[in-house]
Amino acid sequence: MSTQAIFTQTTYIIAAALFILSLKWLSAVPTARRGVIAGEIGMILAIAGTLLLPQIVSYKWIILTLLIGSAIGIPIAYLMPMTHVPQRTALSHSFGGLAVGLVGTAKYYLWHEHDPERLTPFIMAVLCFEVLLGFLTFTGSLMAFGKLQELLPTRPIVYRGQNFVNLSVLAIAVAIGVYLTINPAQIGLFPIFIALALAFGVMLILPIGGADMPTVIALLNSYAGISASAMGFVLQNKLLIIAGALDGSSGFILSIIMCKAMNRSFTNVLFGAFGQVSPQALKAEERTVRSATPEEAADILLAASSVAIIPGYGMAVAQAQHKVRELFDLLTRRGIDVKFGIHPVAGRMPGHMNVLLAEADIPYDRLLEMEDINSELPHTDVALVIGANDVVNPAAKHDKNSPIYGMPIIEADRARTVMVIKRSMNPGFAGIENELYYMDKTLMLFGDAKAYLSELVKVIGQEK
Amino acid sequence: MTLQDILGNLYVFVLATFLGFEVIRRVSPLLHTPLMSLTNAISAISLVGSLVILGAQETTLTTVLGALAVTASTINVVSGFLITDRMLKMFKKREPGERGKSS
Repeated sequence: MSTQAIFTQTTYIIAAALFILSLKWLSAVPTARRGVIAGEIGMILAIAGTLLLPQIVSYKWIILTLLIGSAIGIPIAYLMPMTHVPQRTALSHSFGGLAVGLVGTAKYYLWHEHDPERLTPFIMAVLCFEVLLGFLTFTGSLMAFGKLQELLPTRPIVYRGQNFVNLSVLAIAVAIGVYLTINPAQIGLFPIFIALALAFGVMLILPIGGADMPTVIALLNSYAGISASAMGFVLQNKLLIIAGALDGSSGFILSIIMCKAMNRSFTNVLFGAFGQVSPQALKAEERTVRSATPEEAADILLAASSVAIIPGYGMAVAQAQHKVRELFDLLTRRGIDVKFGIHPVAGRMPGHMNVLLAEADIPYDRLLEMEDINSELPHTDVALVIGANDVVNPAAKHDKNSPIYGMPIIEADRARTVMVIKRSMNPGFAGIENELYYMDKTLMLFGDAKAYLSELVKVIGQEK
Repeated sequence: MTLQDILGNLYVFVLATFLGFEVIRRVSPLLHTPLMSLTNAISAISLVGSLVILGAQETTLTTVLGALAVTASTINVVSGFLITDRMLKMFKKREPGERGKSS
């Protein structure tokens, strides 16, 4: 091994250690930013070590592409509004998958031409796996991006025999992959293989609705990681294997958490097409609800000694987080205890609500996880639901016929008074009626979350 | 590549996966969004592989594919780390007693 190669390997080992420390430090807020710095140092070391490798004969294109990448990446990081974090995340999984797929493709063509004996069955199998997963993550994440950005319809797109068609496409792709593993010389099949992988990514995400995005984003995160790890096997690069495995396990853990929080399985999320118009939503039952004006709502809040705010995707859509902060400030200033209850799948990606509320300067020690807020809700005066629906639907606890039966919920119905800010009585994403709205202790506050909260803040501000 | 190499790599993969599970299990749900963007930036280490392909300049095809791959990974590295830091900066602890204007 040359001195240069040893030097490069040393930078890789240090980088791997720094990546692990980086994730370890991210586990708690006080050390989290140190984690980012550790990750950055690891990345710079690994890149520097790579650039010194003797295989690299020209830096012209490298410098140019690094500059282009940074010129796109920096504005994304600083200019993107926090409400768009799910979209950015989907897009970055897509870029990650693309890079992995392209590298696998490049290696295949290169070795096929110059070094066919390197295409051993093991390498070919891993390479096919890498390319399949990389390209399906690329198009799948682009679809997720399109749905989150509402360039595509957010409702599931379904047709008869969809699962059969999807699985057939996947089966053909896998069959070609197996054939290529045995006969790496069949270069003509490779573009077909890529096309099938790209098509399968699109088809996989078509039937998935907005409410399932947290799980799907986590799953795509995991795919991106695993494909990077597979690339490490192809390139004989242990740093890639480690970093990919860390990303893969992270995405996998998050998808499990999301699935548990919805009481659903992976197969159900991927093939269940949740959020189709269910028959229940169509039978408009005429039931009466009580509504309240901002003045009435303000009086109730001011008479309370404890308030639990339960935000959902509706708050993000209405960009109401800053108004929520104003309300939080006004109420805490009067000695009212205000806490937030965050459901794991509230929003469009894991942790979405926490980031938005932190952006609005709400102290993070006020943001409680589901179990913690649930133990406090029975002795909480007011539960204020802002743009959340299914995650507070009591039907999940007792109605065996409900599609969300068994899903853990934030038990807003156990607070003494419930107030729900909602645009209209239209059922939520899953098209399921929410009996919380019809309870005697529930007041509906109709309106856009931001507009209603502005009114509320104004009224409370004027009160003595 | 020998069987020995393959096995060595598999050991690394299995150990890293278990380590990942243990470390990430401990991450507070509060930070799940920054976690995702950080792991995303870290897995963009695939940049290393793309750089070798681009820098080796063996055929036009590999150079083009390498250039696209380097661009895509660089976007992830740069925006991933920066946005994670931007998010983490927002998480502040404030006692309800010292409320008032935000900094």
